[in-house]
Amino acid sequence: MARSLGPVKRKFSPWTEPHAVPFIRFENITKRYGDFVAVDNLSLDIYEREFFSLLGPSGCGKTTLMRMLAGFEAPTEGRILLQGKDLANTPPYKRPTNMMFQSYALFPHMTVEKNIAFGLEQDGLPKGEISARVDEMLKLVKLEAFAKRKPAQLSGGQRQRVALARSLAKRPKVLLLDEPLGALDRKLREETQFELMDIQHTLGLTFLIVTHDQEEAMTVSDRIAVMDKGVVMQVATPAEIYEAPNTRYVAEFIGDINILECAVVANTGEILQPGHPPVVRLDSRGVPIAVEQECAAVTGASVAFAIRPEKVRIALDQPVDVSVNAVHGEVWDIGYLGDFSVFLVKLADGRVVRAAQANVSRLVDRPITFGDMVWLTWPLDAGLVLTR
Amino acid sequence: MAEIAAPTHRNPARWLVVAIPYIWLVLFFAAPFFIILKISLSDTAIAMPPYTPVFVGFGDISSFFAGLDLDNYSFLTEDPLYLDAYLSSLRIAFISTLLLLLIGYPMALAMARAPSTIRPTLMMLVILPFWTSFLIRVYAWIGILKPEGLLTLLLQTLHILGPDDQVQIYRTDWAVFIGIVYSYLPFMVLPLYAALEKMDGTLLEAASDLGCPPWKAFWRITFPLSLPGVIAGSMICFIPITGEFVIPDLLGGASTLMIGKTLWTEFFGNRDWPLASAVAVLLLLALVVPIVIFQNQQRKVS
Repeated sequence: MARSLGPVKRKFSPWTEPHAVPFIRFENITKRYGDFVAVDNLSLDIYEREFFSLLGPSGCGKTTLMRMLAGFEAPTEGRILLQGKDLANTPPYKRPTNMMFQSYALFPHMTVEKNIAFGLEQDGLPKGEISARVDEMLKLVKLEAFAKRKPAQLSGGQRQRVALARSLAKRPKVLLLDEPLGALDRKLREETQFELMDIQHTLGLTFLIVTHDQEEAMTVSDRIAVMDKGVVMQVATPAEIYEAPNTRYVAEFIGDINILECAVVANTGEILQPGHPPVVRLDSRGVPIAVEQECAAVTGASVAFAIRPEKVRIALDQPVDVSVNAVHGEVWDIGYLGDFSVFLVKLADGRVVRAAQANVSRLVDRPITFGDMVWLTWPLDAGLVLTR
Repeated sequence: MAEIAAPTHRNPARWLVVAIPYIWLVLFFAAPFFIILKISLSDTAIAMPPYTPVFVGFGDISSFFAGLDLDNYSFLTEDPLYLDAYLSSLRIAFISTLLLLLIGYPMALAMARAPSTIRPTLMMLVILPFWTSFLIRVYAWIGILKPEGLLTLLLQTLHILGPDDQVQIYRTDWAVFIGIVYSYLPFMVLPLYAALEKMDGTLLEAASDLGCPPWKAFWRITFPLSLPGVIAGSMICFIPITGEFVIPDLLGGASTLMIGKTLWTEFFGNRDWPLASAVAVLLLLALVVPIVIFQNQQRKVS
């Protein structure tokens, strides 16, 4: 059964427009619990209709940040502005945000219908309008048949949809999702991710999602903030985060990556291809590496060369030019992932470099197998120099 | 598998374990109940035991059964004293249970919301009175409530009462309520605490998030979810309070009418065992009704 698609998505990037006004602004937020600093002088802008992810390992402060926006915690220092208005003195029950809780927090003594109607009843809407909105929400999450059931009589996936419907029923300006899909199995999670994106797009709401699942963040978000120890490491689109991580932490947190310790040999503004950035020349324990990148690293500095496995070419035959960006090694292990095969290649000095190859044809015999001596090569613009 | 499973069914130890509670119930509940029931159908007599007929053997079984009748029950309906005592008992039990709920609920809620580090201490404080004899604690209330007692002294010292005024609580229904509420409070607080403590705190966050202020959230979320505890606590208190004898006897006045006291008077004062037994049987029946309601409610919740 094909999923019904919403309207075609347009390019959306208000953060690149100089005059765009942020919808939510975290301004120098610090949150301390005794001696522990959960959030450390953090500033962040989120724009209207954005699907924004806070991504990080558990304990990085992402949930605390969201709970401060919902009003369950107060920042120790700093301000949270929603449409330019300071939220400090607004209790949670007066904030125009709604949250979908990680545990769903469905009211066990109320039916699905009553759970969804709860927020609307608080606003004192007329009965007819409430039931119309509840029906609309039930339809949205495809739970029309379960209106009269209690949460205990539902499956995990159904409960999660009730929680979503309940948090959407009031049409909040901002929907907060705390690890919303954590309890679902992979298939259902993927489906729901696309449904969330459709709903967000159709209703034109601002979504803020907290997750530790990088795939989830990559799939659903307009922008991602990668957090570590209460600090935002990088805020960027999923593609930028993946292709141009600004630190080793972000590079290693998102996806798979090879990191080679290097020393800068020359960073003189040498141009190899017209129209491309200048080349930085590195040396990684005798392996000469050249990267086309604007970079401030000075000669002799220790840096990291980072390259994603799928950008490394693997071949049995020696390439024509092996003077730069080429290493020779033995296939040590092969991981067959279905769509991709990952080759772990052991260099002469013992380091292991990963190379991934799309399995474009149904291979009967793999041309490259365990113990083969192979060449790994990559173009000038495939890798990255990371100074932090 | 079958060779192993089959013998366990015939295992005598297994049957013994299952039988023990039944034997217990038969020996200490069913048998005494049927003895009481039998006595309630007998007639009073100046003899030992003070009723007839007395079961002497199966040879005379027909005249034994012929001697049983419902006279005591019809007597209970003729004298309004007994109905008044029943109703008064139910009234006192009802008001006491309500007071217990009003005092016990905030206590249990405060305990459940207290930091988990001090909860065991609070629990200790609730249970602590049990370490002293119940009778001594009720006697202590006499010392507090009597006209020249500690309460009078305190209020006089604080100049709330004049030097010649005295607190007139002792030997009134008020003293009975105070005594009952004091004695039964732990039985109300503990089931309420158990129900409130296991409640998920994020439900209140969710309510607040959906626009429900805390006082409203209490009635929409906290209270309905604690209903099993409310019902359990109310039943545990209401049922024994209805039959309470010691507290009204020690703290209550001449006008305090309770069925437990009436029963005691019939039994020991008038030596009318058959009538006292009839009172006891009716009391039991009157209490079975709320127990059945309680169990139905429990089944509905689970």
